[in-house]
Amino acid sequence: MSSAPLLDVRDLHKHFPVGEKGLFGAHKQLLKAVNGVSFSLERGQCLGLVGESGCGKSTVARAVVGLHPATSGSIRFDGNELVGLSTRGWLPYRRKIQMIFQDPYASLDPRQTVSSILTEPSKIHGLSKPRERKLHAMQLLEAVGLNPRHINRYPHEFSGGQRQRIGIARALALEPELLICDEPVSALDVSIQAQIINLMGELKERFNLSYLFIAHDLAVVRHICDSVAVMYLGRVVEQASRDEIFNDPRHPYTKSLLSAVPVPDPELERARERIVLEGDVPSPLDPPPGCSFAPRCPWRHEVPDDRCNREIPELVERDGRKRSCFLPLAH
Amino acid sequence: MAMLSVRDLTVRFDTHHGNVRAVDGVSFELEEGETLGLVGESGSGKSVTNLAMMGLIPQPPGVIEKGEVLYNGRDLLKLAPRELQALRGNEISMIFQDPMTSLNPLLTIGQQLREVLEIHKGQKRREASKHCAEALGDVGIPAPESRLEQYPHELSGGMRQRVMIAMALLCDPRVLIADEPTTALDVTIQAQILELMKDLQKRRGTAIILITHDLGVVAGMSDRVHVMYAGKLVETGGVSDLFRAPAHPYTAGLLGSVPRLNSDTSESLLSIPGAPPDLADLPPGCAFQPRCTISTEACMHTEPPLETVLDSNSKSARFVACPSSMRRDPAFGGKS
Repeated sequence: MSSAPLLDVRDLHKHFPVGEKGLFGAHKQLLKAVNGVSFSLERGQCLGLVGESGCGKSTVARAVVGLHPATSGSIRFDGNELVGLSTRGWLPYRRKIQMIFQDPYASLDPRQTVSSILTEPSKIHGLSKPRERKLHAMQLLEAVGLNPRHINRYPHEFSGGQRQRIGIARALALEPELLICDEPVSALDVSIQAQIINLMGELKERFNLSYLFIAHDLAVVRHICDSVAVMYLGRVVEQASRDEIFNDPRHPYTKSLLSAVPVPDPELERARERIVLEGDVPSPLDPPPGCSFAPRCPWRHEVPDDRCNREIPELVERDGRKRSCFLPLAH
Repeated sequence: MAMLSVRDLTVRFDTHHGNVRAVDGVSFELEEGETLGLVGESGSGKSVTNLAMMGLIPQPPGVIEKGEVLYNGRDLLKLAPRELQALRGNEISMIFQDPMTSLNPLLTIGQQLREVLEIHKGQKRREASKHCAEALGDVGIPAPESRLEQYPHELSGGMRQRVMIAMALLCDPRVLIADEPTTALDVTIQAQILELMKDLQKRRGTAIILITHDLGVVAGMSDRVHVMYAGKLVETGGVSDLFRAPAHPYTAGLLGSVPRLNSDTSESLLSIPGAPPDLADLPPGCAFQPRCTISTEACMHTEPPLETVLDSNSKSARFVACPSSMRRDPAFGGKS
């Protein structure tokens, strides 16, 4: 086994020009959706990317699969640089990196049968013989817990949970190594959510997959992921193993986020101390000058000289975990 | 006497796919100052129940087949539109799920808030503006006076939801119906909004009906919980009893399906097999029976009525619509 991580993202930036063009054609404003994100994912592991809406987690996902070309930075897959690849250069990696989307209604073509949805990828990549493709598609359906006899049906004939299974089968069609899952269960009802989470766990073992799992639901992330990166306003503020993040969060934002998750247990939920943050997430068009969390951070006054509001803390590694905060560790 | 009581409410929709009973014989009571949690998955009828109570079901395709909604000795379902309008937004008000679409994008926040006071309290513009600014301040919006001049698109999602709450509370309602009030929001904002609702309830004694699919939110907010499945109430009880020992297999399944921040991650989640039924094509007998692990022959024929749960540990009255669960020790679920 090679020691290089399967996916290694370094100082990734993705900026979107917004607003009207100025006199000389340049855009007036730059929305820095992803502003220097670094993380790595080991083979066979599941890395959770968590954060609230607008923190840039989906943009990271889209950059990794090449849907948004990165503005700058490096994305290495199995040691190979993906940033700056041509369309043709991308082709072999498209096969190895597949994506599962949030909305099972919008992510399947309503005019394609399940058979066509599941065989199209191998057709494009010229993988198997036409005769074998349908058999393979039926095997995929079976693997995701659907009846292979329903292969000629259309997406509208399936429920939301079943459609998400079709989306997963499609992602598996090319025998990928890495699955990018962008909020794969958040559109589903609770009882169905559990089915899909269990299925994803099984498939990971069975097909030797690695997951980049993007979600805002921390309990789901804790259940499925091995390590977690927490994002806030375009940056990673903390990355550590799952148990470290959930048992001993060290960034004030991670602490607040965990404390805000309601617990489905009346006694616990009423007894626990909760950190209620003030205010909203700042606009990425006009980020604060220092630490982006500083305006809402309950502990910002404990750092001397108003440093949090003036200086951006770097993501520093210590004891095998990373954190970007000026507060002393013992906090 | 209960402040609001719903009896045998049944709502039908006539659609292309057939006639669908979205709410089927739902009864419950709401006491002053309490929070009643109404939980269930999409399509279980929780929103329709509340829209029907407020006379907000479009007819057709909706038909209120039967039932009554008693408030102050009057049946809301029999009121004339004008009488109902005088109550809505005044004594009984609602917060909707989506703060992006429930505010009018063409009117300023001030215009929308003032309208409530002008209609219900007959206040003049100046007086109404003063009250509106106070209401915005109460829900934690900074610089409330200047917000009155802004349009909804100028505010963030959390701010808009606060405006909705401020609007719902302008007339000091006695009953507040909150339909997924925090579902569209991030967890840190959700925590702020929930704190706010609890605080306002404590100060004003408002009774709240909280509709949500988030069992964590219910656990923190409700005094009593009603669980709905396929248009019917399947279990009701005090929040701690119901979470400690769910009696209905659906409630137990629902609680088992939720990953928790303290659960054992090496085990698979308990999941409920199958999917919620199509309301136009309900199975005979108990609607949950095809997904149920403890169903018997009888479940396929007879619709189970709500019956008292025999649980000696319960602090409050509990009801469940499942005869099979009666034979077991009700403390089977909970935290084992």
